[in-house]
Amino acid sequence: MSSRNLTAVELREAIASRRIRSVEAVQETFAQIDRLEPTVGAFISLFRDQAMARAQDVDRRIAAGEPVGALAGVPVAVKDVLCTSFGATTCGSRILEQFHAPYDATAICKLLNADAVIVGKTNMDEFAMGSSTENSGLCKTVNPWAPDRVPGGSSGGSAAAVAARLCPVALGSDTGGSIRQPASFCGVVGLKPTYGRVSRYGLVAYGSSLDQIGPFGRTVADAALMLNVIAGHDRADSTSVDETVAPVDDYLDGIDEPVEVLRIGVAPAFNAGADESVRAAIDAALDLYRNAGAQIVEIEMPHLDYAIAAYYVIATAEASSNLARYDGVHYGYRTPDPADYVEVYSKSREEALGQEVKRRIMLGTYALSSGYYDAYYLKALKVRNLIRGDFVKAFETCDAIVMPVAPTTAFRIGEKVDDPLKMYLGDIYTISANLAGIPGISVPCGLDENNLPIGLQVLTPAFSEARLLRIARMYEAATDWHTKKPAMVQ
Amino acid sequence: MSDISYEVIVGLEIHVQLCTKTKMFCSCELSFGQEANARVCPVCLGLPGALPVMNRQAVEYAMLAAMALNCEVSPFTKWDRKSYYYPDLPKNYQISQYDLPLGSHGYIEIPLEDGQTKRVRILRVHLEEDAGKNLHTAGNFSQVDLNRAGTPLLEIVTEPDMNSPSQVRALAVELQRIVRYLGVSEGDMQKGHMRFEPNINLAIKRPDGEFRTPIAEVKNLNSFRALERSIAYEVQRQLDEFLETGVTLQMGNKSTRGWNDVDEVTVLQREKEEAHDYRYFPDPDLVPVTTTPQWLEEIRSRLCELPLARQTRYVTEYGLSDYDAGVLTAERPTADFFERALAAGGEPKRVCNLLTQVGLKMAREEGVDLAALGLEPAGVADLAKMADAGTVSATAANTILESMVATGKAPTALAQELNLIQTSDAGELEGIVDQVLAENVQAVQDVVTGSKKSKKARGFLLGQVIQKTKGQANPKVVSEILDRKLK
Ligand SMILES: [Zn+2]
Repeated sequence: MSSRNLTAVELREAIASRRIRSVEAVQETFAQIDRLEPTVGAFISLFRDQAMARAQDVDRRIAAGEPVGALAGVPVAVKDVLCTSFGATTCGSRILEQFHAPYDATAICKLLNADAVIVGKTNMDEFAMGSSTENSGLCKTVNPWAPDRVPGGSSGGSAAAVAARLCPVALGSDTGGSIRQPASFCGVVGLKPTYGRVSRYGLVAYGSSLDQIGPFGRTVADAALMLNVIAGHDRADSTSVDETVAPVDDYLDGIDEPVEVLRIGVAPAFNAGADESVRAAIDAALDLYRNAGAQIVEIEMPHLDYAIAAYYVIATAEASSNLARYDGVHYGYRTPDPADYVEVYSKSREEALGQEVKRRIMLGTYALSSGYYDAYYLKALKVRNLIRGDFVKAFETCDAIVMPVAPTTAFRIGEKVDDPLKMYLGDIYTISANLAGIPGISVPCGLDENNLPIGLQVLTPAFSEARLLRIARMYEAATDWHTKKPAMVQ
Repeated sequence: MSDISYEVIVGLEIHVQLCTKTKMFCSCELSFGQEANARVCPVCLGLPGALPVMNRQAVEYAMLAAMALNCEVSPFTKWDRKSYYYPDLPKNYQISQYDLPLGSHGYIEIPLEDGQTKRVRILRVHLEEDAGKNLHTAGNFSQVDLNRAGTPLLEIVTEPDMNSPSQVRALAVELQRIVRYLGVSEGDMQKGHMRFEPNINLAIKRPDGEFRTPIAEVKNLNSFRALERSIAYEVQRQLDEFLETGVTLQMGNKSTRGWNDVDEVTVLQREKEEAHDYRYFPDPDLVPVTTTPQWLEEIRSRLCELPLARQTRYVTEYGLSDYDAGVLTAERPTADFFERALAAGGEPKRVCNLLTQVGLKMAREEGVDLAALGLEPAGVADLAKMADAGTVSATAANTILESMVATGKAPTALAQELNLIQTSDAGELEGIVDQVLAENVQAVQDVVTGSKKSKKARGFLLGQVIQKTKGQANPKVVSEILDRKLK
């Protein structure tokens, strides 16, 4: 029995019932990595020996009848934006290439406590700034469906790793679509939980009020399993939500039960900006829901047109401050021969930060500058409130909103690198969920004329992940798009 | 020169280190004198991914101080990032409070030299985290010690209401007394718990008009002496500069100066106020703080009578001298002890004398608080009552108090043990007086004739009686008998 075609839910059951040993699963994982990683380039670092040792330990404990965690023996990849006390934590940046964190992020601790086997850390756009993973300062990741195309970003490494069956599940982070968009491009499931659902402690910050950690898997159930492990309040993150206010559910429990009374909201005018093939796939998905008994209602989202502008002010403002600490003084890259301490700052940053990161730091610094604050940052916050209001109003008439994840399927490597604005416009469907703080999921819903995956996005109100997952599962259960594989995996 | 007059105008910014158990946004303990970078963690090191968590105790201490300074405590406050690059600031931003400080529109009463008090307005009180320290001890590089990084600081800004160096000093001293009283800071100057930055200028009147000199801010003063001296120096320097150049206050000509403690001069650091753009914005890692009425009430219940009010009350209510009242109220445990002794029935002046002449002296010698000497306020009250009743003399009472500290015994037992009980039995004493009068005819003569030796002679006779009783005669009773017999 090969573990490679099993989902995480199936694999953990096979390991727990000793039909497959974790050691075998991990060996197969690394065999697959050896075979495909030279082409895919999903990982920045791999932990072969450590993973094997952990797998042996899990097998031993299962054999001894000891209790094990929810991900016991399952290989997992994590985006290199999460601090780990083992290996480097680079954020895809040369400035942190040699940075070894002295602590584990809360999400990492939770994975380890669940007895997951972390096999490696995945590539990403530098400091999660990008939509194609082309902004990585360290390595190049391609889309397993078409190696001349981008995997999406910024969590491109995690999405590509799951799509290429290098591991069944992975963690990413989503600030403006960085989980959902690469999931869509790579034909896997990607979930961005509600802001505050998963602790950000140890997640290297890009836009702190928008960042959220979430899972990738090949199925909705795998995303639910991962969310079960990482969700919950954390005293170390003041913005993680008190569970007395928003209890954490067992997201796997009842996931196969269809939602009986379901009203799905659609904003046709807003969706019209997507490519023909994308629109067709979304329309087909809506038909499917309608046939399953759902009511489709039209909603108005009048302020979503301003979402990109507001997002790129707020995210970059926060980033300009969050990234100020990478200065060559305390850790990370330091310019070899500074004339004075000011040069330690300016040259270290000049030499080790990439173009896109510099661009966003400049944008954010400008937006926060005295005299511009009100016109940019403050106005963006007001727009953000209006967008929140749009969702509140929409959710009065519907239970979930369906829209594309991205206006296109995966584009060619290099196609947009010289046109940052064009790249930013690709985030149109994903960033409003971050601005509103609500959960969103991307589920495979078709292949375009170039055999490239299309993603269906479902959004629900804050902290309703259980319902979101059930609605997504309704679609998945009725289709077989999630079983499609890229050619390189056949 | 005689046709010129001027007024000194000073506002003060004070940073007070709070004595919380842990730092402002992490669980590192506060440190002083530890090995460099021994009290640090991912949060106060500003490591990637680390997040701050607000220290509730620091907020409560700040609220308490704001209330004591008669401020309005904001029902809603938040944390803002103040951005600037400096090696001792690991995140290159400081978490502070910008447009919604915890407290505002308060005032502090300060004592003046003429015994009056003056009200100085407080503009704002807010909380922030301290930076680390840059060390320039070796070669062509510097080192950074981040033990201090993240220590909670209370920033207090006054209005420019002070008009002399001594007033500024009085405010600083009073503030130190208040924060110690409240228990929110140790207020230890040697450990840098209080740092001052005065803004100084002059309002000059001359027949040709009124002028304001450019404001000078003196940075980072950490002693009362440096604070007072630097202002006095600035006053003279600004006056001289005005007379010489006629320069007056204009937009942007505020200067920043440092204090040279050796030469006792201020030194120019920045000619013009730099157009600092700190790019303040709300810290997205921290949630805003809502100070509910219940919370405010709970904090308010921890407020105590402030030292200056207490000192004034001791003078008016108990008839103590201003000096004694100041001594008793300097430290809160001392004043509390004093008041407990009064509650146990001690007479204020008597208890005051016992505490100031013996108790505090012994406490100083032991290097502890009065309250830590092991004395019971009730025991001190009993002793005061014995002295008032003439059971023991004032001198004997002091001796007994010393023994109380040493042995822990009750004053009555010690008076017996040490043979210090006075004889007040008039019948017994009368015999001894008669005996003394018979033995000292000349002295009796001097008293009765009312000669100029009269007073001295009477004192001599009294002394003889006391001596004959080995010091146990109550001088008051003896005196009465003498008066009667020598009429
Ligand atoms: Zn710390």
